[in-house]
Amino acid sequence: MDNRLGARELTLAYDGAPVVDDLHLDIADGSFTVIVGPNACGKSTLLKALARVLKPRSGSVLLDGAAIASYPTREVARRLGLLPQSPLVPPGIVVEDLVARGRFAHQRLLRQWSTEDAAAVADAMRLTQVTDLASRYVDELSGGQRQRVWLAMVLAQQTSIMLLDEPTTFLDLAHQIDVLDICAELHEGGRTIVAVLHDLNQACRYATNLVVMRGGVVVAQGPPADVMTADLVNDVFGVPCLVIPDPATGTPLVVPVDRSRRALLPQ
Amino acid sequence: MNAHLVLRIGPWSLRLRPRTVVVSSLLVAAALALAVVNLSTGDFPVPFPDVLRSLFGSASDGTAYVVRELRLPRVAVAMLVGAALGISGAIFQSLTRNPLGSPDFIGLTVGAATGALVVMLLLGGSGLSVAAGALIGCLITFGVIYLLAFRRGAQPVRLVLMGIGVSTMLAAFDTLLIVRAKLEEAMEAQRWLIGSVNTSTMVEVALIGGALLVLLPPLVRYGRELEMLSLGDEAAIAHGIRAERSRLVLAVISVTLAAVATAVAGPIAFVALAAPQLASRLTRAPGANIGAAAAMGAFLLTASDWIGRRVLPLDLPVGVVTAALGGLYLTWLLAGEWRRGRQLL
Repeated sequence: MDNRLGARELTLAYDGAPVVDDLHLDIADGSFTVIVGPNACGKSTLLKALARVLKPRSGSVLLDGAAIASYPTREVARRLGLLPQSPLVPPGIVVEDLVARGRFAHQRLLRQWSTEDAAAVADAMRLTQVTDLASRYVDELSGGQRQRVWLAMVLAQQTSIMLLDEPTTFLDLAHQIDVLDICAELHEGGRTIVAVLHDLNQACRYATNLVVMRGGVVVAQGPPADVMTADLVNDVFGVPCLVIPDPATGTPLVVPVDRSRRALLPQ
Repeated sequence: MNAHLVLRIGPWSLRLRPRTVVVSSLLVAAALALAVVNLSTGDFPVPFPDVLRSLFGSASDGTAYVVRELRLPRVAVAMLVGAALGISGAIFQSLTRNPLGSPDFIGLTVGAATGALVVMLLLGGSGLSVAAGALIGCLITFGVIYLLAFRRGAQPVRLVLMGIGVSTMLAAFDTLLIVRAKLEEAMEAQRWLIGSVNTSTMVEVALIGGALLVLLPPLVRYGRELEMLSLGDEAAIAHGIRAERSRLVLAVISVTLAAVATAVAGPIAFVALAAPQLASRLTRAPGANIGAAAAMGAFLLTASDWIGRRVLPLDLPVGVVTAALGGLYLTWLLAGEWRRGRQLL
């Protein structure tokens, strides 16, 4: 199959009006899909539904050809991982123990720590460069270190699909690039990555597939070079801009234009 | 001793923290030692060897009667009730992510007391029916608190404040019941409200022991999920846990243990609050530390019973001792949290 994960006629709501309305989406296997859109466009809500954390009001999320709700939740946890936007750090936990909790879905009451568990945790910590932090307390780490630890925990879950809810929010530039580079490495290793990001230029750089949302619907989808145009940004975000090739990568680079300089825009 | 010890036999494996195992074992040993002291001392002193002989069946009839029939129920109830309260507190504090989120703080014990008083003073019941009343009162109170504050992820502050509100209303109702009762009945009720193991019999031992035994399998099963729930609902679900159900099951286990403990020994203050915190300070392990909290609870209540009977000049009910010690503990806890710049409420 080409699309292990997707959404059909998906309508999502918390209490009142729908946040996501009748949405269709296919996440191509092996893609690095980035979902972008203005605040409250439903992108995080969509990601939660894809991770079956949020129950749809109607429609369904499909995983490997069946509704995600039809699987035992532990089975889903072996196929698909999620890094929530703000997970809670249990007080007094050290890095290695937190990463080890990522193995929960693979463990049983009498199979609490197999050799695979140990190997998966060691691999995850190496890939995210947190091995040296193993015995540090998580609540004493910097934001960037902590985010790498959370990534390691999701990685230890060993799922081929990983969903990341704003993994770079609250990080400084160096740590944003750090986290995205790790994601790119995971993607090159064959994983399907779905991330919600705010920075359009970073999205264009790292994504193989860009999903642009506004008002709970997908307004454009495809490779960043095809999707990211000045018209689209103006349409979706209401910001006039220039889109030029990124000098470093050649991917689209969005340059917003402030009010006083709008005369410079091509008509 | 932060590391883990992994035991492997074939496809099975257990992951233990040596420090936790050592701390729990020492606490159990200390509780058992104090229990033997409690069995041996009293108006009719029994030397240690005779205590052990009576327990294992080869002492003279008189000694065996004193140890097994008169003293053992009280000692056993103290240990089992302590363990139940320790477990109950550990679960609730972990679910609410707050050291104050223990059953005696969120009004469950007061609910149990109200149930017991209704049976005692309005329905004229005694013995087992009082225990049943306490159980029902506690479960109803939990039902109300769950509906008002616990769904959608148990906001800790909301839960504690709601508990204080519910406790105050129920306590007012309790006072009303006592004021309107006849003098002897009121005194009986007041004695129950202090919390005591003085009059325990084998019936109480069977009740609390049975509750622990029945709840042990689900506790072992869901205890592991409790650790995952502490990451927040989204992360817990992402790792394969049905968060809402898991939380409800754990809360029901915790409430039932608190309810049965209160039913057999009256509302014993502060053990559920202090045992889990003291236990995790000793084990230095993250998470609820349910086993260590149980051992600590058993030790605390056995020690309080010993203090109440032997150290102080009067035979005080254990509830008075735990309340006094607990007050000190709470002051120390709050002061410590404020110093570290954390707010409990």
